[in-house]
Amino acid sequence: MLRIKNLQAKVAGKEILRGIDLSVNVGEVHAIMGPNGSGKSTLAQVLAGRDLYEVTGGEVTYDGQNLLALSPEDRARAGIFMAFQYPVEIPGVSNMYFLRSALNAIRRNRGLEELDAIDFLALAREKMKGLEVEEGLMVRPVNEGFSGGEKKRNEIFQMSILEPRLAILDETDSGLDIDALKIVANGVNALRSPERAIIVVTHYQRLLNYIVPDFVHVLSGGRIVKSGGKELALELEHRGYGWLEDAVAAGQSA
Amino acid sequence: MTAVKEQQDAYFSTFQARERFLSDPSWLGEIRRAAMERFAELGFPTTRQEEWRFTNVAPIARVPFELAQAPKDGAPLAKLRELPMADLGCDRLVFVNGRFSPELTRLGDSSQGVKVCNLSEALAAGTPSIEEHLARHARFDDHAFIALNTAFVQDGAYVEIPRGLVLEKPIYLLHVTAANGRPGVTHPRNLVIAGPESQATIIEGYVALDDGAYFTNAVSEVVVGDNAVTHYCRLQNESEQAFHFGALNVRLGRDANATTYSLGLGAALARQEVAVTLDGEGSECQLNGLYVVSGRQHIDNYTTLDHAQPHTASREFYKGVLDEKSSGVFHGRIIVRPGAQKTDAKQSNKNLLLSDDATINTKPQLEIYADDVKCTHGATIGQIDPEAVFYLRSRAIGKDEARRMLTYAFANDIIGRIKYEPLASRLGDAVFARLGIGPGKQEPQ
Ligand SMILES: Nc1ncnc2c1ncn2[C@@H]1O[C@H](COP(=O)(O)OP(=O)(O)OP(=O)(O)O)[C@@H](O)[C@H]1O
Ligand SMILES: [Mg+2]
Repeated sequence: MLRIKNLQAKVAGKEILRGIDLSVNVGEVHAIMGPNGSGKSTLAQVLAGRDLYEVTGGEVTYDGQNLLALSPEDRARAGIFMAFQYPVEIPGVSNMYFLRSALNAIRRNRGLEELDAIDFLALAREKMKGLEVEEGLMVRPVNEGFSGGEKKRNEIFQMSILEPRLAILDETDSGLDIDALKIVANGVNALRSPERAIIVVTHYQRLLNYIVPDFVHVLSGGRIVKSGGKELALELEHRGYGWLEDAVAAGQSA
Repeated sequence: MTAVKEQQDAYFSTFQARERFLSDPSWLGEIRRAAMERFAELGFPTTRQEEWRFTNVAPIARVPFELAQAPKDGAPLAKLRELPMADLGCDRLVFVNGRFSPELTRLGDSSQGVKVCNLSEALAAGTPSIEEHLARHARFDDHAFIALNTAFVQDGAYVEIPRGLVLEKPIYLLHVTAANGRPGVTHPRNLVIAGPESQATIIEGYVALDDGAYFTNAVSEVVVGDNAVTHYCRLQNESEQAFHFGALNVRLGRDANATTYSLGLGAALARQEVAVTLDGEGSECQLNGLYVVSGRQHIDNYTTLDHAQPHTASREFYKGVLDEKSSGVFHGRIIVRPGAQKTDAKQSNKNLLLSDDATINTKPQLEIYADDVKCTHGATIGQIDPEAVFYLRSRAIGKDEARRMLTYAFANDIIGRIKYEPLASRLGDAVFARLGIGPGKQEPQ
């Protein structure tokens, strides 16, 4: 479904991604871990199409087509969803209006009929239940004045409404208490299916107890320096990243 | 400069020629002459004057505007029906090219109990409150455009709301111009007297029937009686070639409460002044403003809040959206008179520039002569937040649609304050039209 080959990207003239290789097949859940500043968000943003990040080399295909040639909206319409590490506040635009516009843009693309306000609200209510999102949130401006936890839950709420084929969650678990974490994990697990794939970026092994990954990758210095199964996350939990970085440095000098 | 001088002289000769045919009461004749003399002394303002620094009115001063002629029969009626702004579902008093149009006027239930007519009719009937108020609130001694309007007062609306009356629906004072290829000038003059403890909404609108050049030089005086609540919406949507000067002068009595909306969308060159005198203890006002311009339009908002009595409060919220090569000015003057203790004034002006070529000059001017007061002001100039655009696009919303949503959200902060829904929704449509982004427009890409 997603093939990333030797992807390199720069931001503000600085090289951040230095050759990423990653393949994600339908039905799989991949976790990406790694120290602060290693480029995890950069990768997520590049996949979502943020033009602040300049792709300087490599390629990315999604369902066989060149993903990097698509606009962010076309990627979203093709089923890609990225939950932001820092969701953006949008004053003056209600969550309801925003989400309905988003859903209808996707539905139009799929040749489906648009949902009117009433049908949309019914759908939203149903999705809210499991996520313990309050209905009042729908009339509030997007993310404005939301607590950190509310913002993260709102990302998952959006995801559950938009039903993406490839979801990329950038630290959606950071800063959540255990109850909120379970809610988020339930939302993600509800989406898990043989037709979909999920990439979770996280610092904490804890999340992976609830969203059990098929693969774990360690991103460091703009490269994937180690990949493994879910046990790798536990090992990282105990040993940190230092040993990996040392190993990479040793490998490079050798 | 000489062309300007010639035009000033032309106004003077027109005045003299016209004066002989007027059947004014003597008090009005005196005011007219005084105003004409004052205009001759002042001349049109120049950018050397601080209040006009960013607005060059030479294009107005240079054109030989004659008094606008009445348009040919029939044409306005049909065209007016097509203008969404013309019908707001409430009683309306209509003026075409400065003349009262009984055919287009519709006064029914919603203005029951209110004295609503055209000013010249009220004058002919010898209405005493006109002499008491006309030219008392909009002072012409230091203002050329107001002086010119006063010298040429022809017609406009006269509204008198009796004590204690609560009006459910607004009264719409609609000024229509059909330029018909002739650069004419109109000097609309409106007088609204809201009796003590009354409650009403007045909408004053300026629209065009064609895209010709003309000059509207309008002055309105609004007197809000003790403990009265008045909403006054002033909407300027003139043709793109028009010049518009508009002054709204409001005087507040004791415990009176006024909310004004100054909405500017049209005209090549517009200056919209709102001046409120908080002349009664405990009076309050809220000034809202929204200007949305594009192309090469220029719009100047000049506001004056005169806190003349203690315990008065003012809130001012002006927002501007400027696209393409348009330019704008916000000048917010707050005066706190000696003895006007416990004045509480807050001013805010926010601007959204949609293009690199658009410009805005924003300036507060505080003149505080009392010591126990609270006065704050703030201004911002920004562009559409690229983070927000990306967030929306990452949720499948097209780029243009994302910009449209964010722009509308910015403007809607003011539109949403308008309580009368038909006006709010039509204003919303007009904002979209001005920015060339239809509300339902879908992005193919
Ligand atoms: N807009 C930007 N301008 C300049 N530098 C940036 C920008 N965005 C990211 N960077 C830099 O790129 C590097 C990688 O950042 P990125 O956000 O991808 O890291 P991360 O792995 O997501 O870190 P974290 O775990 O803290 O979220 C960092 O050094 C960061 O400072
Ligand atoms: Mg990050």
